Amino acid sequence: MAQGVLVITEQIEGAFRKVTYEALSEGKQTATALKCGTAAVVLGHGITGIAEQLGTYGADTVWVADDPALKEYTVDAYTNVVSDLVRKEDPAVILIGATTQGRELAARLSARLEAPLAMDCIALRVDGGNVTATRPMYGGKVLADLALKGNPCIIAVRPNAMAIRKSEDAGTVEKIDVNVGDTAIRFVEKQLEAEKTDLTEADIIVSGGRGMGGSDFSILEALAEILGAAVGASRSAVDEGWRSHSDQVGQTGKVVSPNLYIACGISGAIQHLAGMSSSKVIVAINKDEDAPIFAKADYGIVGDLFEVVPAITEAVKKLKAQI
Amino acid sequence: MDIIVLLKQVPATETSVNIAADGKRINPDGVKWVMNPYDEFAVEEALQLRQKHGGTVTILSMGTDKSVEAIRTGLAMGADKGILINDPAAADCDGLGTARILSAALKTMSYDVVIAGQRAMDDDNYLVGPAVAELLGIPHISMVIEETVENGMIRCRRTIEGGTVVLEAPLPILFTTQRGLNEPRYASLPGIMKAKKKPVETKTLADLGLRGEDIAPMVEILGMRMPPERSGGRMIDGASAVEKAEKLVNLLHENARVI
Repeated sequence: MAQGVLVITEQIEGAFRKVTYEALSEGKQTATALKCGTAAVVLGHGITGIAEQLGTYGADTVWVADDPALKEYTVDAYTNVVSDLVRKEDPAVILIGATTQGRELAARLSARLEAPLAMDCIALRVDGGNVTATRPMYGGKVLADLALKGNPCIIAVRPNAMAIRKSEDAGTVEKIDVNVGDTAIRFVEKQLEAEKTDLTEADIIVSGGRGMGGSDFSILEALAEILGAAVGASRSAVDEGWRSHSDQVGQTGKVVSPNLYIACGISGAIQHLAGMSSSKVIVAINKDEDAPIFAKADYGIVGDLFEVVPAITEAVKKLKAQI
Repeated sequence: MDIIVLLKQVPATETSVNIAADGKRINPDGVKWVMNPYDEFAVEEALQLRQKHGGTVTILSMGTDKSVEAIRTGLAMGADKGILINDPAAADCDGLGTARILSAALKTMSYDVVIAGQRAMDDDNYLVGPAVAELLGIPHISMVIEETVENGMIRCRRTIEGGTVVLEAPLPILFTTQRGLNEPRYASLPGIMKAKKKPVETKTLADLGLRGEDIAPMVEILGMRMPPERSGGRMIDGASAVEKAEKLVNLLHENARVI
């Protein structure tokens, strides 16, 4: 009978993505409620060294698939290795971070293993041995509670939605035999923007809209720099060609859930709100006091963003100097 | 080249949604239905591939009678024909069920490239594309912003958090679209007129050799609810931008504790 929680981790260049710690912490909670063990699997090459720390986030066992063929992520090789492990270990619940790679890996595993999948979950509950997952749908306009009927079930966890819990516990690290099987996809190259946090992983986002009036986002970048924030944009700004597609926050762009979202010159269209309404705190700066965004912001400033934003940057600098 | 586009009709993003009386789905009244925005990129890319390599573009969709409108939009953009899988037994299908149905249809067709939207704007599952590829036993590449097909291979640039990755795979391939892949064309008036005459075939589950039990949902929506209402908070006033900024930073630090 299927038993246990298995967390599929994600590492890039030898560092785990933050959502891995979130998924593992949640997996541990779920396993405790189900009275079963928690395992994690790490895939890559030369990654055995990073496996041990996962014990402190809740893993009783850390399976390590360390092989040159896994050095760069390709969905077919990773699907083959993980599904072999699942068939061997027979977990009841599989958790994975809902990142670009995590989502497609979860989807292929769902089809291969005939396992029900709940995508982009923000909460999990265990009720008498059954797992119920909560997730946004319709771009965040509604929340849905889902029952997953089948073993294993797969839960893809939205980044920044769940708490990270650390303890003094240790886990056992065990290397597994790797058989990547027949694979068709070949990794050619990757281009990572150094020092840039992805919007979906950012704790603070400073975002610009039509009110920016052009592609010069330097005042937002200066504020973002001092806050350690990522810079986003509304669809208007992207459609104008002022910012790249990967910066777009919104229902048809990226859905983000930072602790703090500062919207500058953004009016607050439904689609934009759908992309950032699960932010913990929203600040809006707009010269139009009737902008719809003020109805959803925790703090609002009516004013010229070209004066207000630099003033905020200065105030933050002063604050940091004092602390 | 045989190019298939997987298409879904979804509520327009500017529509607010209400929850239906049974609490388990949205209320369809007053909803404006459109082609899934990410599928527009798929149709456009298919048309560009046909331009370069010749062949046909077929739109494959699962839906109700209403979905024909979305297929016609794709035909008006320039696709050659449409296939609609319309069966009441598929009404409560989950994502995997949809993938089973679409892959059963694809198994009866000839395909070199299958293009799907990365996700549908209602379910936000990101599931159907990769799951269809898995069920067909072909590779897939998701979140593609650039692709080239040459000598039976496809090379794609796709997005990941923090950058992009270039991957290569042999045909047949399925790939899913990401914003930035192309600028979808508008259907022209001549295109709209021509679309009315292009064939749209309808199929049922039985036509695909499937029964209701084959697509019994494993994911059940127990209930839907509105997310916690965000209401306006505090408007910060002050004599100058500097004063307002300082008040804000203080509130964010002392009260909200986010900086």
